[in-house]
Amino acid sequence: MLQLAVYGVISGSILALGAIGLTLVYGILNFANFAHGDLMALGAYLALFFKVGLGLPMWLAFPLSMLSTAFIAVGLDRVWFRPLRQRGAGVVLLAISSLALALILRNIIRMLWSPQARYYSRTIHFPFTVPLLQVRINWQQVLIFGVALGLVILVTLFLQRTKLGKAMRATADNFQLALVSGIDTERVVLWTWLLGAALAAAGGILLGMSVRLQPIMGWDLLLPIFAATILGSIGSPYGAMAGALIIGLAEELSTQFIPTEYKGAVSLLLLVVVLLVRPQGLFGGRRR
Amino acid sequence: MELSGLLAALVFTSIFAGIYALLCLGLNLQWGFTGLFNIGIAGFYAIGAYTTAILTTPPSPYHLGGFQLPIPVGLLGALLTSGVLAYLIGKPTLRLREDYLAIATIGIAETLRLVLKNEAWLTNGVQGLRDIPRPLPGAFGRAYDLFYLGLVVGAIVVVYVASERLIRAPWGRVLRAIREDEDVAASVGKDVFRFKMQALVLGSMVMGLGGGFYAHYVKFISPETFNPLMGTFIVWVMLMAGGSGNNRGALLGAFIVWGLWSLSDLVTGLLPPPLDTRASYLRVILIGLVLQGILLKRPQGLLPER
Amino acid sequence: MAGDDVILVVEDVVKRFGGVVAVDHCSFSVRRGTITGLIGPNGAGKTTLFNIIAGFYRPDSGRIWFEGRRIDGLPPHRIFARKIARTFQIPRELKRMTVLENLMLVPEHQCGERLFDAWFRPRRVRRQEEAIRRQAEEVLKFVKLDHLRDAYAANLSGGQKKLLELARTMMSEARLILLDEPGAGVNPTLMRDLVGYIQHLREMGRTFLLIEHDMDLVMEICNPVIVMSNGRLLMEGTPEEVRRDPRVLEVYLGA
Repeated sequence: MLQLAVYGVISGSILALGAIGLTLVYGILNFANFAHGDLMALGAYLALFFKVGLGLPMWLAFPLSMLSTAFIAVGLDRVWFRPLRQRGAGVVLLAISSLALALILRNIIRMLWSPQARYYSRTIHFPFTVPLLQVRINWQQVLIFGVALGLVILVTLFLQRTKLGKAMRATADNFQLALVSGIDTERVVLWTWLLGAALAAAGGILLGMSVRLQPIMGWDLLLPIFAATILGSIGSPYGAMAGALIIGLAEELSTQFIPTEYKGAVSLLLLVVVLLVRPQGLFGGRRR
Repeated sequence: MELSGLLAALVFTSIFAGIYALLCLGLNLQWGFTGLFNIGIAGFYAIGAYTTAILTTPPSPYHLGGFQLPIPVGLLGALLTSGVLAYLIGKPTLRLREDYLAIATIGIAETLRLVLKNEAWLTNGVQGLRDIPRPLPGAFGRAYDLFYLGLVVGAIVVVYVASERLIRAPWGRVLRAIREDEDVAASVGKDVFRFKMQALVLGSMVMGLGGGFYAHYVKFISPETFNPLMGTFIVWVMLMAGGSGNNRGALLGAFIVWGLWSLSDLVTGLLPPPLDTRASYLRVILIGLVLQGILLKRPQGLLPER
Repeated sequence: MAGDDVILVVEDVVKRFGGVVAVDHCSFSVRRGTITGLIGPNGAGKTTLFNIIAGFYRPDSGRIWFEGRRIDGLPPHRIFARKIARTFQIPRELKRMTVLENLMLVPEHQCGERLFDAWFRPRRVRRQEEAIRRQAEEVLKFVKLDHLRDAYAANLSGGQKKLLELARTMMSEARLILLDEPGAGVNPTLMRDLVGYIQHLREMGRTFLLIEHDMDLVMEICNPVIVMSNGRLLMEGTPEEVRRDPRVLEVYLGA
């Protein structure tokens, strides 16, 4: 049980990196970005390119991928989503358009990197037993968790302490209010994409390290990160972190009771329960 | 010879286009008229196909049933299961903001695919279901495809007429009012939840019927048939291209997009081995771009509403 | 009987949003056959109160009676069925529907809204549609929008949209009509018409509760007038009393 909980926390921390970006975009641009999972996959594959393709060490490939994914996301917003926004397209059309973008990204990945599973390295990491807790874990998992936690802490500090971060939270919470209170929303939008995509890339890479890289990984991530976002209330980055942790834990612990194949359905189950009981999410105020 | 081959290919392609036309009519009821955001079409398509397959196949040691029931009974079963599934999804989501339905439908479609893959006792897992019977096999000889096309067209006509009659009636007026502004619809006394639920269930039943027609034609189904691209996304492209909110547009979109898709399949099939798989990815990228182009340049589609 | 009985009672209603108290233990009543004005500075909670009466918000506490029956907490369509209709402050026309369709939507008990009748009883549906169409055309003629019957509602001018909002309530059998700023953004000529329509409808037996910022309009047609401030009832009286009350002046100047 404890063993599973540890795995759950690790995968939850990876999901959190995806969910933060998703919830910020959701709150600020007010549409469900179904391409966010594939953005995570893209980040993972870009790191593969830097590491295996160019032979760079991982500690360099990692930030490089975050950086390039961030700029790609901003570029995509300019050429893909902004024209639609300017046409006054509704929430749903933007979401459909993001679905198209998701497919395109996924198939670009298939084209460039083949549909087969890929790995950053073939090293096998042997687990050791943590004294006292009696939990088996390997150093790579420790590293993954450390990096994810570090990034989450950095983001929290950024959102808490900097002016831009506060503006971002305010805008995600209530766009109209932010607009009238003089926040430069265009700048906030830009930084939201940069931050969200960089974190997405990080999440993708960490997932690739802990399991493997597959073009479909972005699609598989979609439901868990959406569930985390809604669980934690749309537009709330802290809620997304908590939601991701809950999803990660629930997925791992569920394997005690249901076959492992149905791990993916746990997010849906939690999602439906939240929608029934508290549709505004665990951390949102009542709107009605 | 050449000509008859071409004709056969045309009939074959039209059968699939016709099945997609059914899916489009179903989606039009949901999205086109009511504004319901369903991106789990594949789920309803799949449950329809599997239901009728299990009901009509001969007994098999590999999966539940088959019960060897007549095909019409199988299709009725398909209508029933897809409708029930829609009701279960609608219940927690239809009172909430519109994109929650989208996420829930994706979730259910994917979860259903997991079930289809893993519950081998029920569905024979990834091996899929085979020996699904065709209606009146032996009859019509080489013109069989033409006969089947006739059946599909018959189904389209029935669904089209039924849908048009609803849309032109006050029922359709309420749906469009909900699409435009559901608060206004509620403020003049319409039970928004009830109408949304009816549209969701009816539309999904039509999708389930489409799945049934698919199963009885190809005779073999597996979970991979109902993937997000071929089960959901392409239907959206068809409806947006044809014109959402217009049933004739939905039909037109299905035939045009399926025609182009099949044609591009033909072209990429001619390419030598390493290129042909790459080209198949390119096809998907292109269809994504087509959708974006429609959204940007002609969001009302080829045949706009009215 | 007519004239003096109470049609709507609002009792001790409270509504909070997060930490903000929008409506704070508000109580008042509306007498049948009146045009009751509801005024107060911005943020006084008037529109929130409307939304509560019409069922769009659920009050945190308090009770509302309409014609002697509790209605608080009912969903909007059930409130409408009890014969209360409302308009929206910013007109919410059904854009991609024609003006005529906007009105024909409204009547209750349309058999064509049921699946079975829509499919299998087309003649019955058609007969009812004819009657509803005639009714809608009469309403349109009354508010002088008949020349626009087949125009898409999105293409109407701001003032015409206001009229459409009012016309929608006229299609209903509502005995109480909640008007949220019917005069906002309406030019003087149209305003004259609007006043005429409202007074005419009152003579036909409908009761109005209306939010308005245009004091001339309020003073001209409303009696009594209820003043709200900070979510509470400040006072109630004739237009003359309200005009003279120092507290009213204070909240308006203070705001």
